[in-house]
Amino acid sequence: MQKYFYRPSTGWHCRPIESIYMYPLCTGLTHSQLMLGFSPFSRLHGRFRELAPNLVPLDYTNNPDITLTSCLITAMPELKENPFRQRIVETFSEDGSGDLSFSDFVDMFSILSEMAPLDLKITYAFKIYDFNMDGFLCEQDVEEVVHRLTGEELKPEERKLVSHRVMEEADLDGDGKLSLTDFENMISKAPDFISRFKLVSIPCECQ
Amino acid sequence: MAAHGVGFDADAFFSEAAFESPVDEEGVHHSFSQLIQEQTQDLDSYKEAIEMCPLETEEKSKDDALSLSGPASSVGADSSGSAADPLVERWSSDTLRVLSSMPSRTIGRSRGAILSQYYSRTMQLCRRRQSHRPSIHSFSRSARPSICGYRVESDAAHFEAEENKKEQLINNLQNLSVGERVRMLKAIPLNLAEKSELRRLASNKTIHSPSPHEIPCCSHFKDYIIIALRNGRYSWLSFVSSMQLWQTALKTVSGRFGTGVLSYFVFLRTLFFFNVFLLLVTGLFLVVPQAVRPPVLKKTAPVHFGLELLTGAGYFSDSLLYYGYYSNYTLQKPCSNSCGSHLSYNMPLAYFFTIGVAFFITCIILVYSMSQSFGQSFRVDRSKGLLTIKVFSCWDFKVIKKSSVKLQCENISTQLKELVAEVNRKEVKSSWLRCLFTVSVQLLAWFICIGSTVACALAVYYFSEYMHKDLIDHKHSCSNSSQTAESSGSVLLKEASLLALPTVVSSVNLLMPGFFNTVAWMEEYDSPSKRNYVAIFRNLMLKVSMLGVLCFHWLGRVAVQHPKCMDLQCWESFVGQELYRFLLMDFIFTMLDTLIGELLWRLFTQKVLKKKRKPVFDIARNVLELIYGQTLAWLGVLFTPLLPAVQVTKLLLLFYIKKMSLMMNCQAPRKPWLASQMTTFFITLLCFPSFLGAAVCVTYTMWTIKPSPSCGPFRGLGTMFQAGKRWVEDLATANTRFKWLSWAHAYLVENPFFLFLAAGVFLIVIYFHIQVVDGQRKIIELLQEQIENEGEDKKFLITRLQEIHERKRPISRRIRTMSEESSF
Repeated sequence: MQKYFYRPSTGWHCRPIESIYMYPLCTGLTHSQLMLGFSPFSRLHGRFRELAPNLVPLDYTNNPDITLTSCLITAMPELKENPFRQRIVETFSEDGSGDLSFSDFVDMFSILSEMAPLDLKITYAFKIYDFNMDGFLCEQDVEEVVHRLTGEELKPEERKLVSHRVMEEADLDGDGKLSLTDFENMISKAPDFISRFKLVSIPCECQ
Repeated sequence: MAAHGVGFDADAFFSEAAFESPVDEEGVHHSFSQLIQEQTQDLDSYKEAIEMCPLETEEKSKDDALSLSGPASSVGADSSGSAADPLVERWSSDTLRVLSSMPSRTIGRSRGAILSQYYSRTMQLCRRRQSHRPSIHSFSRSARPSICGYRVESDAAHFEAEENKKEQLINNLQNLSVGERVRMLKAIPLNLAEKSELRRLASNKTIHSPSPHEIPCCSHFKDYIIIALRNGRYSWLSFVSSMQLWQTALKTVSGRFGTGVLSYFVFLRTLFFFNVFLLLVTGLFLVVPQAVRPPVLKKTAPVHFGLELLTGAGYFSDSLLYYGYYSNYTLQKPCSNSCGSHLSYNMPLAYFFTIGVAFFITCIILVYSMSQSFGQSFRVDRSKGLLTIKVFSCWDFKVIKKSSVKLQCENISTQLKELVAEVNRKEVKSSWLRCLFTVSVQLLAWFICIGSTVACALAVYYFSEYMHKDLIDHKHSCSNSSQTAESSGSVLLKEASLLALPTVVSSVNLLMPGFFNTVAWMEEYDSPSKRNYVAIFRNLMLKVSMLGVLCFHWLGRVAVQHPKCMDLQCWESFVGQELYRFLLMDFIFTMLDTLIGELLWRLFTQKVLKKKRKPVFDIARNVLELIYGQTLAWLGVLFTPLLPAVQVTKLLLLFYIKKMSLMMNCQAPRKPWLASQMTTFFITLLCFPSFLGAAVCVTYTMWTIKPSPSCGPFRGLGTMFQAGKRWVEDLATANTRFKWLSWAHAYLVENPFFLFLAAGVFLIVIYFHIQVVDGQRKIIELLQEQIENEGEDKKFLITRLQEIHERKRPISRRIRTMSEESSF
């Protein structure tokens, strides 16, 4: 187990990001206590601050209202090549614009971590795939997902065909769109979803 | 009610995955009725709005949808265009609103719904604590709220209601124990700020609750340990998976050529492991002990010609490679002092048991992996919505390398194409005349294939007989003439003639699949996977008949006739050499095929014919070649204990050569097909005709054929099997305490009754297993049917609602117009 130690530039360093999900509530820390160290938040804080060192303060005691723009976040190595990067940041931002405050940032990494329960992951995956944010996955959403998944490998009509088939398969009540329940029903049959829906671990920098 | 049922199904599905909650049907129902009550309260609050909103506002609600779809994407603008569905078109906006406020749909859409849902959960939790009755409610996974940015009910009244609910939720949270509260809060899908506010409020109001620092201390520690363990496990798993043989190569292959070609390479890897295992066993228990104590040889064969490497005869015939070299006595450590006999090694017994145990373990591994892959393909095959699963869960969010992302894209699009091709295939129908034509063409093709296979088998049969006679004549002539007259030329010819049979068989194996493919051209199969199965079956037929003829040749001719006609000292070694030659020839012909059939053919088509096409990798033929080679290896283990080493080398080379040739010369199959059951099929083939055939041959040899009298570990015995019997008898005479062992041997091993009994029990177990799996499949089908039925019910009810509404509306309008008139 790694020791925590203080580094002036980035604050407290500690464990890899995956483990933070266990912490947000069970330790009972408030935001002011967060930054005193002894919590994986500080490592995330370090990552957050790395993105914009002159914007993000070291001291989060007063919980300053600072958001980073989506292009900064999506430039992180974890997200840079992900075809859904824009949707991910939009989903986790408070107002849907893609700008993340620190707590949104923590939220993102905790949901996309190892420890998050399956149903939370499903909920957020649903949100990420819901491109027009109407609470349902319609055929256009699915088509867009397929587009992102395959790049330019499939022709537009093939994409249409795939999304049409998906709607036929998954839409149990026949209203032309997938609700969260339909989505869950389908995901429950994919055992490897939970292992795939998480961000890669960045090796701990504390040496 | 229909929605209720649907919800139950979904929930039952999840409760399996849910932690620490017994599936309590009543409980689920109960929790749902709770939820529905909540939602109806919700509904009540704007029911008036619905009733007051006349149908004319259809336009407006569309506008709403547009504005709700947000500025984010142009896709959103089309979402209201999903009215292409006739059913949806029929429904008025009111019905749609009712529909979208149904419990199964509202959960997850608004913050208010989330709060109320968790309120009801906490209520149940409190109640449960009071009544001490375990129930499912607390962790029912009925609701997964979502969409922070989207709040339907943003009007003031609703805001108030939401605040109200929040208050209640907080109250409830306070009544929970700290652990439960933490768990509950963690599961609420709100963002962090809202969660921490809830927690702050909940803990502030608690007066008697201890400070949050003390309570979670031990749980904190526990979590810490859990995390450490999990991290350790995951890093170990990733380490193991990165250590897997040829992993990168396999990923590259699957990214470029899809799962079908990948299954060939995976199969090759499986065979490689089987042979490594076999090599380890024979090497450790046979080769190493014998190499440490080499037997005294009567003569050393002269070393000449490089041809021996191909034939395996001459210099090699008296080496560790073959059966004849192994000694028939107990190996003992040479003792300088008195060191007792505790370091003795009974070679015949070791030989017998090593081969037996190796076959037994291989059998178990094969059956196990077969059942395993059956289970997997069964699961994949059964579940509907394969495409959906693929689309929504195939993206690996962990991948961050650009090249890997590209590879993943390629891989996914190949798989999607395969799936769509499979789905589309089902819908094509044709006239019966066309069907008749297709069937007759297929029959003709089958006739041609079977006829040519029989012809080949007969040809090999007569050729082997001829070669055998030739060999005997040769021996006789050699023994008649003086030994010195034996010129080097005749020896060379003799050696080369040994290679004739393997060459003939290998060329048949090489050319016939091409012929089958030509025949298959005129047939029409509606799916590529069916075409593949047919091709595999034909090739299998050919190879099985070849091997059958050869086995008869070896075990029926060479082994039985040897003492009379042939001047062979050791027929086992001769058969071993033959197998070695066959294996080597097979490899050489595969290489030739790769070179000519793939490389030269590609150069020819591209340079001379100026076509863009490349040859397609023939999975069926390549897999069958692998299985054929493996059968030879298994057959030969008894006669050539080091044959697995040859096979391992062969497979190793084959993997790299095939991969290189594939990358350079071949193109991805143009009609990609679903290969989900391919691996299962290959393993089954490996198990049933290949391994079983080899095992039967080896057992037959051990049980009934008399071993050579002058060589090998079993010389002087009636059958190889007697080695064990003799050992047991010796043991019994040496020590009376082991008398029961000889008794047990006589009654249990030699008496076939117990063998039958064991086989019977085995079969019964398999039968029960199949029945259980079948039952589960039926249940799954029933449940799926139920879900579909309830979806239908829901549609029906909604349509009825709509109708009633339509009928009522004119009246209300009339009343309204009347009242308007009266007001005038």
